[in-house]
Amino acid sequence: MSVLVYLIPVALGLGGLGLVAFIWSVRSDQYSDMEGAARRILNDPD
Amino acid sequence: MSCCADPRAGFSGQFGTLPDAIRAAITPEGTGGRLVLHVPDIHCAACIANIERALAPCCPDARVNLTRKTVTLGWDAPTFDPSDAVTILRNLGYTPQPLATASDVRDRHGAELMRAVAVSGFAAMNVMLLSVSVWSGADGTTRELFHWFSALIALPALAYAARPFFRSAAGSLAHGRLNMDVPISLAILLAAGQSLVATVAGEGVTYFDAAITLTFFLLVGRLLDHLTREKARASVGRLAAMRPPFAHVVGTAGTAPVAVEDVRPGALIEIAAGERVPLDARLAAGEAAFDTALATGESHPETVTAGGEIMAGALAVTGPHRLTVLRPSADSYVSRLAALQAAAENVRSRHARIADRAASVYAPVVHLLALGTFLGWMVAGFGAGAALTTAIAVLVITCPCALGLAVPAVHVAACERLFRQGLAIKDGAALERLERIDEVVFDKTGTLTVPSLTDPAAIAPADLAAAAALARHSTHPVSRAIVAAAEAAGLARVIAADVRELRGRGMEGVIDGRRVFLGQGGPDWAEDAAPAGGRLVFLREGAAPLPIAVTEELRAGAADLVARLKARGLPVTILSGDRAEAVASVAAALGVADWHARLSPSGKVAHLAARQRAGARPLMVGDGLNDGPALAAAAASIAPADASDLSQTAADLVMTGPSLAGVWAALATARGAHRIVMQNLGIAAVYNCIAVPIAVLGLASPLVAAIAMSSSSIVVTLNALRVMRGSTSGIA
Repeated sequence: MSVLVYLIPVALGLGGLGLVAFIWSVRSDQYSDMEGAARRILNDPD
Repeated sequence: MSCCADPRAGFSGQFGTLPDAIRAAITPEGTGGRLVLHVPDIHCAACIANIERALAPCCPDARVNLTRKTVTLGWDAPTFDPSDAVTILRNLGYTPQPLATASDVRDRHGAELMRAVAVSGFAAMNVMLLSVSVWSGADGTTRELFHWFSALIALPALAYAARPFFRSAAGSLAHGRLNMDVPISLAILLAAGQSLVATVAGEGVTYFDAAITLTFFLLVGRLLDHLTREKARASVGRLAAMRPPFAHVVGTAGTAPVAVEDVRPGALIEIAAGERVPLDARLAAGEAAFDTALATGESHPETVTAGGEIMAGALAVTGPHRLTVLRPSADSYVSRLAALQAAAENVRSRHARIADRAASVYAPVVHLLALGTFLGWMVAGFGAGAALTTAIAVLVITCPCALGLAVPAVHVAACERLFRQGLAIKDGAALERLERIDEVVFDKTGTLTVPSLTDPAAIAPADLAAAAALARHSTHPVSRAIVAAAEAAGLARVIAADVRELRGRGMEGVIDGRRVFLGQGGPDWAEDAAPAGGRLVFLREGAAPLPIAVTEELRAGAADLVARLKARGLPVTILSGDRAEAVASVAAALGVADWHARLSPSGKVAHLAARQRAGARPLMVGDGLNDGPALAAAAASIAPADASDLSQTAADLVMTGPSLAGVWAALATARGAHRIVMQNLGIAAVYNCIAVPIAVLGLASPLVAAIAMSSSSIVVTLNALRVMRGSTSGIA
């Protein structure tokens, strides 16, 4: 069972990483224009 | 790209003094600043590319937001002049207007909810992982360790993610009321507290998993509810466009821009062709044509002679003209309309939403149940500890997870379905009001009828084809009628080059090397040819002007819709500002017996208010600026896609297609959604009938609580998704 000592922190750390990434994406307004984001792929890159 | 503003369209003079208005709207940031411009004519991917590419040289950080129809400019250099960017936008043919503050465009509450959902979701997954091990039989030190880990994850997550509920519950209690958030907050706090005590003591069960899962599900419901409302709120900025912020006041040293609020009655103001009249005024001299379509729904421009009154919001077709201001800004026609509408909306917002009504019954019952359980266990002699644990289990298990999701999940699904049918809806409450309507009131001009050509055969095919070539570049109802007439006549498509819009006047372009014009008033190269009164005319350089007579005909789907409504037993009424004969003929064509002509905006409001007082719940379908207050005063309202901005803001629902069939689709979806909401509430009630006795008897272990709560939430969500399928077609 001692493996839990490593596994639980590792699981929490990985989950936390995902959480931090999501909060970063909310903070940088990536969900503020879902419709625009969907249309932008139609535009050719400059 | 016919949907986009034409890249060569001319500079519009609507906000001749924009730099002043802009300076007030800039948010300073470091050495530079931030400016959000509302650009109502952004429509598609090509608009995004055009704007961002054009702004790149002067402002590389410019970003278009298609959902909110805004352009955000950010800059660091103190020397940057945002009016350059505005000029670029105007030269592209767009009409940028400054938004008051940056907070208008940032959805702070939504972002907070989204973060709370993320935090509680993360915590719920991890706590559940540990709880499953405990339920599976982990004991001794492992069990204690897992309880401690759960506490470590759940407590901070609850402190952060459950704040929206705590805030709302505190606010409700401060007003001496009980809302749904009070039992929710109580359950979360008690469950967390009891679990912490059990963890420290190293014995007993913990409810960390239930508390955090509960928070997660409820937050998802809140977020869904918020997103449907937010989608509609983005359109509110449009109203400002009706009122230019500045008037050009004529003084001894020429004209100077003055904020409309500061213009005194009696002042002389100047207005150019294509500008909106900022204040109610009287024409000082000469003769002028004004497009009052937004105010009266009348599609022909109105000719005003010296001394005639013009209402604020009218668009000058000819110009420049000098006007004498009659009333201060606060009393102007547009201001009074806005006030009338605000008052009507105030009344409507008192509509109690189904979820709130359910909550007002539910919250006291839950509290009494929990209290009763606690007292019962005390009386039975099980001791305070066991009594408290059981009472908490009752609170947790009755917590309205399913109830919290039952309504918003259906509304989200229904909004999505409406959107695919070409209908944009404001919020879930609008859906509920739409379901309850029992009679339908139509505006005539622009709603039941659209313009059409009186006699297309009288126009030479070559001229009609050329006029259609210009008309294809405009979305004005009359332009659509011309295109339709050309297509009905089977004419080959003619391509016009260098097409540009002359704001308030019409379109001009070049066909076969000759300049052509379609509209009212006249182009710069043939101003003398402009017909009096600003009637619709087609001009070819060097040829005599060709007047185009326009009449009105029923909108597609109107007859069918009225027939279906009547077959359904919904009485139909027509309220119009137009002449009695015009209204009578439309009413006769549709078989509508109840019609009223020559109504003012307040007359329409009065009619709707009287109907509502009589216990009826009228649905208003209208498009004109004069319909705005009536749309707000009705129990529910729908505006067609080509409606005025004010009407679109006031309406619960905006149709994006040209046909009136959308009204029927909206009613069908609203009724289908209502049925599923009621089913979901029923499911939630059945769930409680089963779960509550188990909890009261003390049989609800944390495992049972977690399973019961999750499964009921999932069932109502899956049921809500049925709205999306075809199972709700037709009004039942």
